[in-house]
Amino acid sequence: MLVLQQLEKRYPTGDLALKGVSLTVGSGEVLGLIGPSGAGKSTLIRCVNRLVQPSAGRIELDGQDLGALGSSGLRQARRHIGMIFQEYALVERLSVMENLLSGRLGYTGFWASWFRRFEAQDIQQAYALLERVGLGGMENKRADALSGGQRQRVGIARALMQSPKLLLVDEPTASLDPKTSRQIMRLILELCQERGLAAIVNIHDVVLATEFLPRIVGLRAGSVVFDGPASQVDRDVLTRIYGDEDWTAITQRMQAQGRTDSREHDLALSAE
Amino acid sequence: MISGTQADSGTSLRTWAPPPFISNAGTRWALYLGALVYLVLAIGSVEVNWARMVLGLERGWAFVEGFLYPDFSSRWGDIAQGFQESLTMTVTSTALGVFLSIPVAVGASRNLAPTWIYLVCRAFIATSRTLNEIIVAIFLVAMFGFGPFAGFLTLTFATIGFMAKLMAEDIEEIQASQLEALRATGAGYLQVLDFAVLSQVMPRLLGLSLYRLDINFRESAVIGIVGAGGIGATLNTAMDRYEFDSAAAILWVIIVIVMFAEYSSGRLRKYIQ
Repeated sequence: MLVLQQLEKRYPTGDLALKGVSLTVGSGEVLGLIGPSGAGKSTLIRCVNRLVQPSAGRIELDGQDLGALGSSGLRQARRHIGMIFQEYALVERLSVMENLLSGRLGYTGFWASWFRRFEAQDIQQAYALLERVGLGGMENKRADALSGGQRQRVGIARALMQSPKLLLVDEPTASLDPKTSRQIMRLILELCQERGLAAIVNIHDVVLATEFLPRIVGLRAGSVVFDGPASQVDRDVLTRIYGDEDWTAITQRMQAQGRTDSREHDLALSAE
Repeated sequence: MISGTQADSGTSLRTWAPPPFISNAGTRWALYLGALVYLVLAIGSVEVNWARMVLGLERGWAFVEGFLYPDFSSRWGDIAQGFQESLTMTVTSTALGVFLSIPVAVGASRNLAPTWIYLVCRAFIATSRTLNEIIVAIFLVAMFGFGPFAGFLTLTFATIGFMAKLMAEDIEEIQASQLEALRATGAGYLQVLDFAVLSQVMPRLLGLSLYRLDINFRESAVIGIVGAGGIGATLNTAMDRYEFDSAAAILWVIIVIVMFAEYSSGRLRKYIQ
């Protein structure tokens, strides 16, 4: 569904952030993008909706060449790509409802949005999504009155308001505590499954990534150095992505997780 | 404990002073000396004419007397008309100036405008801010003749420069992530401005507008003196006729109105923040 071919990005400073990245994401596939800071993870997902203009290569979403679009075509294409940010990127002085409805701006005329007269259907959807992400009744709170976890839920709901086909998720848990991080990851994964959404999730936490995301892509210095199922991520792979380090603690935690997962799986089977 | 043993061991205590602003001692002292010499010479060059000072004090006393017994009644018609003109000038020029300053401010923001628009808007702001209101008023009075219309144009011009510069600085400091998030939804340019920019700068926009309303009233009294109408013109006439008591009445009214405007706009701004 999303095909990246030989994607390259050179910043005006001369830094080559992406060196010919090719990647295919199937529809409904959720993919974790890991790699050291500065490897180009953020640049890569921002190239997909062209918040960052790629220098070379091809981006295709459902057969449409996103790289060739003019400004109004690009705006139309962006409506189908939801984005979730590390620092939530909510408009803090606006209410939760306005933040959600801002996900519909691509479908709404300027004057309608200026007077905040969104379609009844959009407002219904916003209420339903608020309930779904666990923020029912919060529609009139200002975004800066919420906690980090709540803000990220609003961020997720805003992205889903777009009725996207693809989610770009940039470090969704980097500003959250461990428990909230797990809840947010679980929520994103559940929503992707419910709606059959494809997603690219940038994430620093390898243990969290391998637990929740079935497919892992490792980026190092602008190139893909690993692409495979989460179960294959081991010491060698981590060394290939991040460089030499004592990975014992992390691989042990990943293995422990694998065991508990399978035990839970077994329990679920026996309960049936 | 370690520092204790060091102090006890008899080695001299280390001292610390902030490093001087100019590190070269020679340059530093040369600058101090130069400044002192200039000050002495400058004071020496001022010619003080004591006879004229005394005469001035006498006139000043006459003015103080007038100030103590302001005469509101004999020129009240002129005063009321002058104030009406000044207030009209203030309100209309603030409203139009703020309205026009918004697009200029957006154009003068690095994060929103392409370079050539940025440069044009910044040049306009620089011009507006370089030229003092009085100089602009002299030009515009020459162009459009005496009266409040020239004053209205002057204040509008000054308001645009003032508001656009301060708003542009504010816009450049908004969180880029919110801009990015709004762009990512497929929102149009104006929608991004509305949701991501206006919502973030709104309190400042209102606060600065009220502040500018205040300034414009004060300026309207000043530019009247060069012929741009309003209460300044009335004041000028009174002074030219040596009617210090009427002039004092005008000054009293100006003081009261300015203080009232400052107080109420301060209260309003606090309420908005």
